[in-house]
Amino acid sequence: MLNLARKLSEAGVMGLNKRNGDYISRYNPRRFYPLVDDKLKTKLLAERAGIAVTELYAVIEVEGQLRDLHKIIADYSDFAIKPAQGSGGDGIEVIVGRAKNLFRKSNGQIITEDHLKFHISNILSGLFSLGGHEDKAIIEYRVKFDQIFDSISYQGVPDIRIIVYKGFPVMAMIRLPTYMSGGRANLHQGAIGVGIDLSNGRTLNAVWKNSVITEHPDTRNPVTGFEIPHWEELLVIAAKCYELTNLGYLGVDIVLDRTKGPLVLEMNARPGLNIQIANHMGLLHRLRFIDANAENMGSYMDRVSFSRRILTRVN
Amino acid sequence: MINRHLLLLSAILMAIGISLFCYKTIYLGFPVIPGQETHIWNVEIKINFQANNRPAKLNLYVPRNSQYFSIINENFISRGYGVSISTIDGNRQVAWSIRKASGQQTLYYQAMVERLITTDKDVTSKKITPVSPDYQGADLEAALAILSEAKEKSADSITLLFQLIDLFNDYKENYNVNLLLRGKMTPDREIDSIIRILAIEGIAARQVSGIKMVESHDQSEPAAWIEIYTAKGWQAVDMGSKQFVELSDFLVLWKGVDRMASLVGGSNLDIDINIKRSEVESLAAANVREKNINPNFSRYSLSNLPLDTQNVYSILLTVPFGVFLLVVLRNIIGIKTFGTFMPILIALSFRETQLLSGIILFTILVTLGLVIRFYLERLKLLLVPRLASVLIIVIMLMLMMSILSHNLGIESGLSVALFPMVIITMTIERMSIVWEEKGSSDAIYQGIGSLVAAAIAFQVMSNQVVEHLITVFPEILFIILSLILLLGRYTGYRLFELARFRVLVKK
Repeated sequence: MLNLARKLSEAGVMGLNKRNGDYISRYNPRRFYPLVDDKLKTKLLAERAGIAVTELYAVIEVEGQLRDLHKIIADYSDFAIKPAQGSGGDGIEVIVGRAKNLFRKSNGQIITEDHLKFHISNILSGLFSLGGHEDKAIIEYRVKFDQIFDSISYQGVPDIRIIVYKGFPVMAMIRLPTYMSGGRANLHQGAIGVGIDLSNGRTLNAVWKNSVITEHPDTRNPVTGFEIPHWEELLVIAAKCYELTNLGYLGVDIVLDRTKGPLVLEMNARPGLNIQIANHMGLLHRLRFIDANAENMGSYMDRVSFSRRILTRVN
Repeated sequence: MINRHLLLLSAILMAIGISLFCYKTIYLGFPVIPGQETHIWNVEIKINFQANNRPAKLNLYVPRNSQYFSIINENFISRGYGVSISTIDGNRQVAWSIRKASGQQTLYYQAMVERLITTDKDVTSKKITPVSPDYQGADLEAALAILSEAKEKSADSITLLFQLIDLFNDYKENYNVNLLLRGKMTPDREIDSIIRILAIEGIAARQVSGIKMVESHDQSEPAAWIEIYTAKGWQAVDMGSKQFVELSDFLVLWKGVDRMASLVGGSNLDIDINIKRSEVESLAAANVREKNINPNFSRYSLSNLPLDTQNVYSILLTVPFGVFLLVVLRNIIGIKTFGTFMPILIALSFRETQLLSGIILFTILVTLGLVIRFYLERLKLLLVPRLASVLIIVIMLMLMMSILSHNLGIESGLSVALFPMVIITMTIERMSIVWEEKGSSDAIYQGIGSLVAAAIAFQVMSNQVVEHLITVFPEILFIILSLILLLGRYTGYRLFELARFRVLVKK
């Protein structure tokens, strides 16, 4: 057992205690948390910094606004409803089409406006929020994901998670929804995690439920060796988020929209550790390499190029 | 990466905890294991005398803490008498005095005495001067003659003492000895003479009187022996075998040539000494001892609180053990539980229900609650009203289970009422949310994790030794706090993570 621990340590694998004790508590000052825990704040902040995010249609803050819901959503035929402080994709309802007062969800189910109101009221009462306290509901642009992912995704929207340490992109993966994950991009629920080569955006290993795979279990298409478009741009967005949030250890979730290109979905001050399994690589070697060689490197462009040229070879 | 500040802080806390613990175990003798018993002796000295209708004063030598015995409690019982205790020349003497007394007077001295290994060995740093020989004329000549006879056959002060004992034992053969003893041999006179002869030679010796601590139905009599001052301090000598002896069975009453009690203003003095051995719980003995040795310490200790408050604390104080365990289970093993401290509260209610029936009742309650909660999910209630309804349903379920099990004759089912209902409600709520969002396997896994943690915490918290330790030594809290602080900077892998990341080991 100790032997295993030593081997993991040699492989630079980061455990939860290490992440919480040595990285989050050290580089993520708590006062900056609200910026990333509240999607609304994140969105406004990113927009101001010129980072593309999903367009905000409306915010519902109190129960009373629900009476005018039909007015608020009158102009939109498709949209997404999210809790501002939700975690792990909970409480997100995606409407792909409507006919007057009937709405079609992404899984094909038809619901009424009353149903929608009830969902929003649940969000407001804090059902999905981190601490269970009252929340706001965000109505925003529905991401139409790039056709390029059609072959390797089952329902849902694949998203790209990039870990940014002191402003340097250090590791990336793409999460592909499956039938098992119910269209959600959560590895824990059965989504596929695929590591990405930092230098060129090409997918590496794929992990599904703790086992290594090469093709999508539902679509049977290969998931490795797949090139993610706009790679440089994705890395630049991720690197910029460091200046935006002041969080030294940050997870940035980005989606690729077929018309609008990369959009920041959310940021995470406590990014999970599964990215190590998806990349078949521990995080610590790269984090330590940055500590030793690249403290305080100027612009985000410099950092991205450092990550693509040098960091990618550290493993 | 443990920083120095944290190390220092936990080292200080640890030092405080350990030193208080050691002080109480070693110096005050608090028992580490519950239910230990200590042998103690109850010594009672009863004094009778006839008062002569005028001021009376009685002096009595009483024991003091010695190398072998420690007084944990003592009482002076006397009606109408003023009591004063003085320490003179290493002796403790109590003086009872009264302005006017007549008829039969009875005074008591009672002490609880315990065999003890104390550190204060009788080594005085100051120069010991022998007593004044105080012989004159023929007596002096006789003493000098005895001394020179003994000196011929001896090499040092100790062998000299042995020779003197020999000469006195054969007192009938020796004219000089006979003269000093005035023809009558008593232990007192023999010891007195030997001490005075040694004093001529400049050797310090003394008479010591004490009582033998053995239980007897008869009265005990004080016995006297001789002690000689050597490099190792005062050493007792056995007159018969002529050897140094450890008189560990004797409780020393006084040193010097004197009577045990002296009376002024009365007659027919009579002293009864009674010794009784008894067993008391070590904890009780230690508490009495603490009160005597360190009264302030005892005033601010837990054992001074009202009994029902003490009972509450005896449970509360075990919680830190459970919390410590939880830290280990969560941060080092990696077990997932519902709520950080929920298992501790469940473990506390297991105290009443007992482990097995507790686990069964808890499982039934949560399962039924979950089923109803899933039904409520379909009603689309808002959060707070939903929690409130689940709470009411939990209470109803408890009531039903109690009534049902009572009718079935399963009395252990009644104790279901002792589960913390709010905690159960929150557990059901969290479990159902995890069930919906992360799937049933996660919910059940966390549920079992919570129960396992609760069961382990219960085993530790209800352990007799643990409960005894923490109530007798609340300073253990410092030690636990210090350990938890250190664990707070444990950044190594959790046990379950080893399995999770096993695939990442490089071949």
